[in-house]
Amino acid sequence: MAILSIDKFKLFKSGKILLEDISLEVEAGTICALVGPNGAGKSTLAYALMGLEGYREISGDIFFDGKSIKKLSVSQRAKLGITLAWQEPARFQGLKVKDYLGASAGKNQEEISDALRRVGLSPEKYLPRAVDKNLSGGERKRIELASIICMKPRLVILDEPDSGVDVEALKKVFEVMGYLKSIGTTVIVITHNVQVLKQADLAFLLCDGKLIDESKGEDVAEYFKNRCLTCPHKNKPRESKIKKI
Amino acid sequence: MKEINELLNLAKIEGVLGDKETASIFIDNNKILSSNGVEGLVLKLKEQKDGVDISVRVLPGVIIKKPVHFCFGILHKSRVQKINMNIVIGKGASMNVFSHCIFPKNDPSKHLMEGKIKIEEDGTFRYFEKHIHSEKGMSKVYPHATVKIGKGARFRTDFELIGGRVGLIDIDYDLFCEADSSSDFITKISGRGKDIINIRERAVLLGENAKAVLRSRIAARDETKAEVYNKITAKAAGAFGHVDCTEILQGNGKVKAYPEVEVLHPLARVTHEANLGGVDNRQLETLMARGLSKIQAEDLIIKGVLS
Repeated sequence: MAILSIDKFKLFKSGKILLEDISLEVEAGTICALVGPNGAGKSTLAYALMGLEGYREISGDIFFDGKSIKKLSVSQRAKLGITLAWQEPARFQGLKVKDYLGASAGKNQEEISDALRRVGLSPEKYLPRAVDKNLSGGERKRIELASIICMKPRLVILDEPDSGVDVEALKKVFEVMGYLKSIGTTVIVITHNVQVLKQADLAFLLCDGKLIDESKGEDVAEYFKNRCLTCPHKNKPRESKIKKI
Repeated sequence: MKEINELLNLAKIEGVLGDKETASIFIDNNKILSSNGVEGLVLKLKEQKDGVDISVRVLPGVIIKKPVHFCFGILHKSRVQKINMNIVIGKGASMNVFSHCIFPKNDPSKHLMEGKIKIEEDGTFRYFEKHIHSEKGMSKVYPHATVKIGKGARFRTDFELIGGRVGLIDIDYDLFCEADSSSDFITKISGRGKDIINIRERAVLLGENAKAVLRSRIAARDETKAEVYNKITAKAAGAFGHVDCTEILQGNGKVKAYPEVEVLHPLARVTHEANLGGVDNRQLETLMARGLSKIQAEDLIIKGVLS
């Protein structure tokens, strides 16, 4: 059964169309990938699904568990179990990791520590630290993933969790995606990484704000690697690959 | 005794009274309730017509092991408390002070502190001042002090006013820093309603390799007005200063910051950073995407800034 379905979705910003006629369905408990060249609209779609400010001028609809969520705020969507991990996680001056993770897990210290261990960080070392500029980008990414684990969402959108991380951290990203799937969370992962893409049950290819293909992760990975990465027509896919909606 | 217990309860302090090894001072309004000195620490207190004179002297070379407790309260209606504080930390001596200023009544009160602090060569003084105010914002608080930090001496102060309403606070500190000394001044204040927060902190780095950091963390909610003026002047080679001001605005408050840096020696260096504005939208949306309401998210972000 589809946990998320997007129907003839259009997103406008300052009079321009950023996303055009996107329709797709995501099955519950699967890992889906969103791929496409830079500027294709992947993060934009993620922000629109989360209902962020500036991404709410839309036509069409978004359904979660069969109910329209287009009028819901970010908090209301999160309360339904939808969340987002940003490509570049926010920094919080002075806010301790323990309080940041506690925002998702309540006061359950064991869950918080367990989540940190799952992303390969020592609770003893990291819980007292602040989620600020003293943490590296990679550390903040792992802490962001830990906060997702604490939340136990029903649907998570991971925006390029593999960018700017080392090999060890990338391994943890795979493990976390697998763990989230194992606890029943549906994962939508935005990626340029063919390895990550191959983990996906289903992949959606975006180009120039349009959905141009959906297929098995492996198939789209091949197409993306051989065609999109070398495409001379920025955001202009071959006509034959443009999906007729 | 009743007043002391009330102050202890409000400050949430245990094990101070009756411990002969812990130096302490308890004052309600302008009345001395209790004082206890320890070896190497000379306390002299005198009630005046309109205030209390306090002299604290740590003898040279003496390390006061347990933190010293000051507790200043106004437990009665419409009172003015004036504390004239004179502190000397002798050469090579060290003392930590926990100071609680407690104004719990929902009546107008005024607390005036005129401090003169001298830390002699290689001395160390750490001063943590925590204010506990009522929820009505009827207090007016004026902590003013001049601090002389001798050669190689260390000074650190944490000023915290987070619980209750501020009312009006007017902080005015001057720091004079000799060679190889280090000073760290942190102020954390959360204002609500129509609170007024005025901070003026100035540090002059007189000697070579003197270091000073002035940090302010202010939350201005509702219609709070906050003005922070920090100035560091560096006059000697190797001197280093840093001014760091963060003010978060929520509601219809107004915040201003005036970081001023002055360098009068080519081998000195002073930096500053100021960050004023509303709660960052990205931070807010991150926490809301974890299920917090907007208000809960703002409170958590402000808690972080003031931590």
